[in-house]
Formats: sequence, structure tokens, C-alpha cells
Amino acid sequence: MRVRAHTGLEIDGFTIGEKLHEGGFATIWEVTHPLYRTPLVMKVPKILDGYDGPTIVGFEVEQMILPRLVGPHVPRVIGVGDFAVLPYVVTERIPGDSLLVHFRQAPFAVSDTIELAARMADALHDLHRQHVIHLDLKPENYLQRPTGEMVLIDYGLSRHDQLPDLLAEEFTIPMGTYPYIAPEQFLGSRDDPRSDIFALGAMIYQAATGKLPFGKPETLRGVRPRLWRDPIPPRALVPDLPEWLQEIILRALEVDPAKRYQTAAQIFFDLTHPAQVKLSDRAMKLKRDSRMTVWKRWWRMRKIKGFPAPVSVQSQISKAPILMVAVDLSPEMETLADLLRQNVHRMLATQPDMRVACVNVIKTSRIAIDSAVDDEGRNLHVSRLVGLRHWAEGIDLGDERLTYSVLENTDPAAAIIEYATHNNVDHILMGARGHSSTRRYLGSVSSQVVAEAHCSVTVIRRRDTAAEAEEQLAVA
Amino acid sequence: MRIAILTDIHANREAFSAVLSDVERRKAERIVMLGDIVGYGPDPEWCCTRAQDLVEGGALIVQGNHDAAVTRPDTAMNITARRAIDWTRPRLSAEQATFLANLPMRQEIDDLLFVHASANDAQDWIYVTSAQRAMPSFRVSKARVIFCGHVHVPQLYSHDMNGRVKEQRMMIGAPVPLIRSRRWLAVVGSVGQPRDGRPMAGWAMYDTVTNELTFHRVPYEVALTVTKIRNAGLPESLAMRLVSGA
Repeated sequence: MRVRAHTGLEIDGFTIGEKLHEGGFATIWEVTHPLYRTPLVMKVPKILDGYDGPTIVGFEVEQMILPRLVGPHVPRVIGVGDFAVLPYVVTERIPGDSLLVHFRQAPFAVSDTIELAARMADALHDLHRQHVIHLDLKPENYLQRPTGEMVLIDYGLSRHDQLPDLLAEEFTIPMGTYPYIAPEQFLGSRDDPRSDIFALGAMIYQAATGKLPFGKPETLRGVRPRLWRDPIPPRALVPDLPEWLQEIILRALEVDPAKRYQTAAQIFFDLTHPAQVKLSDRAMKLKRDSRMTVWKRWWRMRKIKGFPAPVSVQSQISKAPILMVAVDLSPEMETLADLLRQNVHRMLATQPDMRVACVNVIKTSRIAIDSAVDDEGRNLHVSRLVGLRHWAEGIDLGDERLTYSVLENTDPAAAIIEYATHNNVDHILMGARGHSSTRRYLGSVSSQVVAEAHCSVTVIRRRDTAAEAEEQLAVA
Repeated sequence: MRIAILTDIHANREAFSAVLSDVERRKAERIVMLGDIVGYGPDPEWCCTRAQDLVEGGALIVQGNHDAAVTRPDTAMNITARRAIDWTRPRLSAEQATFLANLPMRQEIDDLLFVHASANDAQDWIYVTSAQRAMPSFRVSKARVIFCGHVHVPQLYSHDMNGRVKEQRMMIGAPVPLIRSRRWLAVVGSVGQPRDGRPMAGWAMYDTVTNELTFHRVPYEVALTVTKIRNAGLPESLAMRLVSGA
């Protein structure tokens, strides 16, 4: 027996309260349940009388995907309703408005745009790591936790790369939201996580300029021109927008997914390391491309059917990983530093899209005496940066995928772990001090990193034949 | 409850053992065998005894076409299958032959239906190899999930509220939520003679609590089974088939 949702209805232990939002496809209700103290909301699809294919399938997709997701960037699922009675999903309630309301105030100050964009990218990367391509990113699908994390909602068009795609071949027209939809998604692709990168780029553009990069097309025909027509460069609209930010935005909005950022983690990395963003022609552009260039692009794109997509979300993320190399620059560690570099070369041979973050840690003393200036009066920080660059010579990656950071911390292992977590590092490569007495007394940085990091860690050790012989003697 | 679904064991002792230990490792609480305990493979006696033991221990079982053919020769069978059954028949004890002959055609647990080939016309041994061929099973049965074997290639079909049947892509090892707005038909891959190009034993686990279905594959000692097939003088094509898994 079917029931309709209304205030006061009791179902599966939930009591429906007031209506919070009524959208085109679903209604959101406030609900309570005697067992839960967390504020809850119930999403009920608006199923029209008779068979309403798109709404039903979208809701089924959400019912499949949402309960799989975990972490701060997705709403926690509390209950799922039976279609025969009342289809619904109950989740925790994320207080506050969606970014749609916030975006009405765009353009934002540059610093606010960067901060917002970084949080949006971080949430997106978390979703991709969980095998899901959102495929309908737009400001109204971003909520914010009071703690600052962005929460992605509405998975009605999403694709989980390990689950059946109920939407595949379901409809003949491309699905998505026209101002943000990526070219390949417009052409029918549902399996490229870089489609989300494009939508993210469109949102950063909007945050920075207050305008949509491709306007507000009302028809499918109106979406197509983004295959050949470039948006007005953001700096033409906001003259004081930094070149590096335009570089990031336009790179995310590249028509060919292969030319975009390959992962959301890489956008996040650039947004948080602006000084190290390699500037290309994109950064300098102040005008849209000439008619000739656009015409040539139109000629190439006019019959295009699609772009090559990755095998899976997972493969796309692991194809373009972030490798962090913690380099010890002290003179007695030179051989080890050489070994580290050789290992980076070897890893690059199999993962050419890898990004390498070279990091050096300055161990500061617990007593707060700032010793950033060494005896010779040179800034220690700068000299370490120079040292890192020197170490990385010969790693052929092009500047934009090779970055250098010097961290300061009383606890080197903690500094390395924190950097790795914050920057979505996939793999840490570091050296272990040999069989030195220092390690015996001070403890090993590498073993702490291995034990506590959230990602893979490879520890390189130089074989110390002399020490080995000594130890064998001692045992004997 | 976690239900392990095994089908098309086909007298492959090594594959059957490998699956049973995987089933135990993954903590299944119930076993359902969808038939074809014998045929093709070199160890019908052992597999039959093992199946009987499992049934005594509470497992459910249905009859497959090869099981039926032991006592009732099946003219529709291809020549290789018939040669293998002719080889099998004298090896089974009278008691084992009776066991296979008297197996039920279908089993049910709540809203789950278990059959060997299809829910419709069970005796005709229809191969469910497409959405179109899955449709009649949904028509004749009210079960929410239908499990069958017979095809030797794992597949999943859904039947939506509008009555449309679609094949759904799934991944080995990744649990699929069988959402309740649809009805489902799962073709479980073969234990003893996989035909999807992966020479590994197949089975599936359905969890009634989480409502998730997972298709599993387990490696087994293919070379040993192949040697036994050759030593037994069974058709060489049966040995080659295990090597390629196709």
C-alpha cells in the first residue's frame, strides 16, 4: 500500500516534520526518530502518477550508491524506504544552505575563491577515492559542515564503478546540468571522473568571476558549443585575478579530458601551492581565441563522438598519483639521497603521470627559539629549498609536476604525515638512517611514518656492510 | 544470513574443494547447490558424496540436467556431454544414482528461488543468456531474487517496476545491493567448468541482512584435474576447456 509523505506521518519509526525544500525531483522533510539524536532529513522522490522512469531510476541509483559512502564529505545514511510503501532516504541533516545561496554573492575575493575551491576539490577527491563519479556537480549539490568540510549530495546521476549502472542506456539524452556539464558527458560518457573536474572548473570560474563560463544554455544545442568555443578568460572579467588561478581554472575546463587536471587531488595541490603552479599560455590569456582558431576547433570537433575514458575511477587516480619524497639533505645522507632519486626514476618509468612533491623537514627545537637564520646569516629555509632543487636535478617531469616544500616541526615524522594527509599524497618515499647509534637513541622517523601514515610508504635503506659485520660479531 | 550459492560442480574435485574452503573462510551460514554435481569431470563419486554430506548438514540442492541424465538419458545433450555421462554412470553407486535422480527441481528460502536452469519450464533446461531469455523467469515467479546456474558464465539481470528486464554489469568480488524496487535474476558462475575465460572456480554469496550479492572466483589446481581427465580417457576438449576457462 502506497502512502504519501506529509507532516505528522509516521513510517518505519521516523516521524515527518516540516517540509524543508521542494525541488523538481524530490521533496526534503525534516524527520525525527526516537533512537537518533542527530538531526535528520528525509528525501522523497516526486514520482508522478504512472511510470516516471527518470525519477525512479535516479532514486534507485542513489539508494545503491549512498549507503556505500563514508566519511565527512558525504551525508550519513540512516534509513532507506521501501518503494512499495514510500520510497525515501533518510540521512543526517547538514545544517545551512547549499552553495547555491552562497554563489549568489559571487564574485568572491580571490582568497575566498581559493579557499572555497580547495575545499570543494578535497571533497570531490574523497568521493573519487570511493569509486564514485558524481556527474552532477553544481553549487546546489554542495553543503558545508559546521567544521568546514564540504558535503556532496544528490547521487541520482552518479556512477559507482563497481556497481551496475542502472542509468546506462536508460535515456537517449545526456544527463547533467547544462551550465556545468563536461563535453564528454554531453557526448554520452558516464565513466570519466574528469567530467567532475570540468564541472569543478566551471564552479571555480563562477566563484572567481560571478559568471558562468558557458552561460546558461536552456537546450542541448546550447551545450554543444563548449566543444569548440573557449570561455572568456577569467582575468578579462576580474583583472586582479592571479595568473596562476586562471591557469588552474582554464586547465580544469579543457575540452579534452586528457589535457585537464587528471585528479581532484592535483587541483587541490595546486590551489594550496600557488607559487609552484607552472604557468602556460592559459595563464596569460586576456581574450577569447580568434575566430580562426575557434573555426579550426569546430572543424575538428563537429563530428566527434567521444573522448577516451579511463578503465575505472580507481585506475584514473592511481595513474596520476602524488608521490611525496622526504629527502634528508645532511652530508652523511648523500648516498641515501642518491638512492632515493634512483627510486623516483624507477617509479616514473611505470607511472609517467605521477606528480612528485619533494619535501625536507627542518627539525626545530622544542624550546621556542627561532633558529631560521643560521650562522652564516643565510636563511636556512631558502638553503634547504636550494638543496632540494639540486637533489631533484635530472628528474625529468617538467616544473608543474615537481614541487618543493620545506617543513618545520619539532617532530619530523609528524610533519611528514601531516603533509601527506593534507595533500592527499598516495605514496611516501623516504630513507631510513642506517644502523646508526643516533637511530637507536632518537628512534626512527621512518618507522613512525610507516606506522602512522594513511598511504603507502616505501623506505629505502642503504646496506651498511661494515655495521652488519660488526653486529654478526657481536651476536657470535 | 549469508547464503553460499554453488552450481555446476561437474565432478571437479579440486574446484569443489577450493570453493568449499573459500565458503568456510567467508563464513557462509548456509549452502545451496544449483545442480550438475556430476558430468564432464573426473571425480563424480567424490563430488556426489561430498554433496550428500552437505545436504545432510542442512544444505539445499536442486537437480541439474547432468544429474538427471545419469538415470534418464538425455538425447538433447551434445556428444561430449553424453560421452562423459556414459563414463560417469558405472562409477556411481546405486545409492548415489538414486540421490541424483530424486533431487528436487526447485528450492525456496523466503523470497529467494533456486533453480538449475530457469524458473520457467525447468525440465527444458533453458539457457538464460540474455535479458530476453531472463524475462519468462520473472513472469512465472514471484520471487524477489532468482538464482540459477547452467550457463557457466556469471550474469546479473534486473526486472524494474515497469517490467523491463536488463542485464546489469557487475564486478567479481564487489558486493551488489539487490535494491528492493527491482527483482533480480543471478546466473551464478560454474564451480567446476568456468566458461567466461577465467580458469577459476566460481560461486556467489548472498547476504540476506545487507541484501548484497557478491560473485566470487577462486583459483584451484587446474593442472591436477586436467591430468585426471586425460588419465580417465575423457574427451580431450574437456581438459582444454578447464585450462582456458572458456
